[in-house]
This record gives sequence, structure tokens and C-alpha cells, in this order.
Amino acid sequence: MTTAAGSTRQGATSRRRFDPETVRTDFPILARRMRGKPLVYIDNAATSQKPRQVIESIRRYYESMNANVHRGVYQLSEDATVAYEWGRAQIAQFVNAPSPAEVIFVRNATEAINLVASSFGDMVVREGDEVIVSAMEHHSNIVPWQLLCGRTGATLRVIPMDERGSLRIDELPSMLTDRTRIVSVVHVSNSLGTINPVKQIIRLAHDHDVPVLLDGAQAVPHGPVDVVDLDCDFYAISGHKMFGPTGVGALFGKRKWLEQMEPYQGGGEMIRSVTFAKTEYAPIPAKFEAGTPNIAGAAAIGAAVDYLQKLDWDAVAEHERELLAYAQEKLTAIDGLRLIGTAEEKIAVVSFIMEGVHAHDIGTIADQEGVALRTGHHCTQPVMDFFGVPATARASFAFYNTKDDVDRLVDALGKVREVFG
Amino acid sequence: MADLRELYQQVILDHNRSPRNFRVPDGANREARGDNPLCGDKITVYVRVSPDGKLEDVGFQGSGCAISQASASLMTSAVKGMSTAEAEEMFDAFHGMVTGENDTPTLPKKLMAFAGVKEFPARVKCANLPWHTLRTALADAGRTATTE
Repeated sequence: MTTAAGSTRQGATSRRRFDPETVRTDFPILARRMRGKPLVYIDNAATSQKPRQVIESIRRYYESMNANVHRGVYQLSEDATVAYEWGRAQIAQFVNAPSPAEVIFVRNATEAINLVASSFGDMVVREGDEVIVSAMEHHSNIVPWQLLCGRTGATLRVIPMDERGSLRIDELPSMLTDRTRIVSVVHVSNSLGTINPVKQIIRLAHDHDVPVLLDGAQAVPHGPVDVVDLDCDFYAISGHKMFGPTGVGALFGKRKWLEQMEPYQGGGEMIRSVTFAKTEYAPIPAKFEAGTPNIAGAAAIGAAVDYLQKLDWDAVAEHERELLAYAQEKLTAIDGLRLIGTAEEKIAVVSFIMEGVHAHDIGTIADQEGVALRTGHHCTQPVMDFFGVPATARASFAFYNTKDDVDRLVDALGKVREVFG
Repeated sequence: MADLRELYQQVILDHNRSPRNFRVPDGANREARGDNPLCGDKITVYVRVSPDGKLEDVGFQGSGCAISQASASLMTSAVKGMSTAEAEEMFDAFHGMVTGENDTPTLPKKLMAFAGVKEFPARVKCANLPWHTLRTALADAGRTATTE
């Protein structure tokens, strides 16, 4: 498993080349024209586009399988249950979870982290304890822990980073104390593209018996991960960032933790028996899935995994590395352009600022050229503060992007210079 | 590029490059902060209001996109010397223009440069931010205005 962000990256060059043109036709939206020009979609870190197979899966579900899961005795309900549980098994396989029962369906990575901060946090964190995150976290991996710290009187500590946007892992050993209850870090940074040395982080934390949550939302779109090899305790992923639909994500959790944790929400589906005196919870994963879930979404995330598993990930990783190198080369050649985030290990995400031009203006002008890229703080305000910029423009690539997309971006930035001089 | 020139008019580019009244006025007695959480624009508007309710001096500081910076620069120039009621009226006219609710706003020519903003819905908040912030400063000093 050699992937851009995978846990066992070896940097090997695939013998087969990946040609993005062979997959672009699978993504109907990529054929759209925007402002009279072919759409260039390079905002994949915000959300990825969906292949026809995923879109079809949603249609097929509602046309032929729709019923509620885990309750009807009739065939249709059984079909819906099979589709839902197939989605879970697909995720389990994609992240190499030992068992599908360790995969909890949630709305998105944000909810996955909130679930852990609530159910696991409330179980282990007490006044005076410490929770460790990193300086490059998405707000979704900051705020749930701040809420937990507020509830319990614990303290949030932050692994610092350097000027290139790499974590200062050398600081971590001294931060891990007998008060540390959990480390929660991002596997791959959404605003900088940095691939963090998560195996090393996990090893250090485990030396102190501290469990680790990885926010994997930006990692899985760039290749399968292996939660067993990583030995992480929790792994959060988002369906819509990995070519699946919005509104569904997953949390992997080690069985030993999930079984000890209290439910996150109460309701139907998650119970074994209810009386007004006492409720017994269902076993995992149902214990964490109160209420009717996003059944079509679960099936569609399964279809997305199916699609991804057919890709040659060695070749895809090589393609994405080439895109990154090409984009960095072309962009740094532009006068007054500065890259934000130049870590050695990166996925194909390029954040940048242009002298004298605010990112928001870059975004508007690029849009006029049919180029969709993100501008703003990317839900990582502390990262912006660290680099002393209010916002950046960010091009984030997926496997279906091409060097032509990079050229179109560069042309659009030329227009920015025309307007702003 | 026709649309873009509508948005990035010369007067807007000029005021972005060299914003007027980018300072804290002497004796400022009202101020408010404005945030656009969407893009990270942050400005603070300062006003010295006379005892009889005139905006004797108006200034701003902060960082943001060309539209918000130019809007702040032109706004501070336009409302200086007005009564709070007049400034409030101008807020309404400006707001109506950039949201497209008012096709015939009564505004100084320079502020009409922002008429093109209505074609760019994502940028309406940028143009409005300084005005919201001014209104907050006049109404309730110390509060933070937000575009959200």
C-alpha cells in the first residue's frame, strides 16, 4: 500500500503511469462549463467531485431498496440493511479495520471527532488533565476539545510547527505527561498539505499509554490507509472528501475503547431494551448510531470505496506527486507569489499568497476564468495567524486533475496581475 | 474581462492601494470591530462624534480584500461631517445598491463604483462590512459587527 498519505509510503515509482483522462469521464461535473470556459475544479480539499458510480448508487438505492434498516422483517428492509452494512464493510476494508463493528457511521469527520471528544473525553478526562492537538488543526479538531476542556477543567496543549509547516515532533516527548489523556492530530493538513509523521506520534503517545485520534479527512482521498499498521485508536473520515456523498462519514475506533465508551446520542437503533427504569445499549457499532442513519449515503460511500479500490494507487500517487511538483514550480515562478506550507512530505495541496492582492480577490478573478479554488482561512485560523496572513488561496488537487488545470490556474493568476498591476 | 472591470473599477483599485483615513482619529470616542469570518477580513472603524451628533472624523484600520478596503476608505471619506442620521441614510442607500434591492440609490459618484458588486453575490459582504461596522460603532460602541 504505497499512497501519497498512506502509512507505509515508500516513494516507489510505479511502472504503470496513471492517465487522468481515463477517469475524468467518470465525473460528470467535470464536463461543465463555467463562465464560458471548461471548469477547472481544484478545491478538492473542501469537497471532492463524485463519480457516476456513486451518483448511480444513490439513485439505485432510492429507486429499488429504500426502507428503514435493522427493523423490518420484509425483504425491502433486508435489502436496505444489506446496502447499509455493505457500506460499513467497504470502509472497514479501505482503512483495514479489524472488524466492521469498529466502524461507526457519522455525518462527517467533524461529528466523528465530536463523538470521541464527548464519549471518550468524558470517560477519561478530569480537571487538571491535558489534551494535545497540533498547531495545524482544522477548527473541527480544536473546538470539540476546547468544549471538553471547558466542561472538565482540562487544558489544551498544542504541538508547535515550523516555518515550512512541519510539526515540531521533537517537542512532543516533553509535552506527554501523566496528565495527558488523548492526542488528537490531523493526518494530512487541509490548508498546508503537510503529511504528518503520525506513526511516530502514535508511538510516542503509546509509550505513555496515551491513545491517539487521527483526523484522516484529507488523507483518505489520496489513498487507502491502514489503521492496524498505524496503530491509531481512532480515525475520522469524511465521505464527501473521498468522492462519496455529503452527510456521511465514519469513525474507526478500537473495539476496546468503543465498548467502554458511553453512547454519544440516545434514541432508536442504539438500544437493546428500554424501560423507564433502565436502558441497555446495543453492542457496537449500533450503540453509537442513534436514529435512522444516512442509509443511501452509507451505500454510496461503499460505491466510492469500490471505485477507489480499482485505481492503481502507486500510479495515482506518482501522478499526484508530479502535479504537486509542477504546480509548485509554475507558481513560484510568478512574481510576488509566496507558498504557504512547504513541508517535505505533502499531498497535492498548494496554499499561496500574492503580494498586494488579497486571496478573496484572487478567488473572484480565478472564478471568472472558470477556475474554482478556495480562498480564505480554510477553517484553520491559527495556521493563518502563525504565518501572519489573513487568508490564502489554495489549490487542492485530486487524481482527476491534470497539468492543464495547473496551467489554467497560472493563466488566471496572470489575469490577477493584469487587474491589480 | 468586462464583468471584472465592473467590479474592480479604477477608483476601487486606487483606494485599495492607498486607503484614505487609515488611522485612528484624534479623540475618537466610538469604535467597533468588524469580521467577515468567511474570508478573514477584519477592520476596526473609529469615529469622533461631536456632542451634537456629527461625525467629525472617521478612520479605520485592518486588513482585507480590495473590495472591503476600498469600501472602508471611500465610506470614511463620504460620511465625514455628516450627522448620524445622514450616515444611517447613506448606509441604507449603499446597502440597497450592492444587494441589488435599490437600482436608483442616491449616493456620491465615487460610491456608485460599488454598483458592480451586486453581480458578485459572494462579494456583497465585503463591500458591506465597513458600513455594518460603522453602524455598530455609532449604535453600540465596543461590539463586534459581523457579516454572518
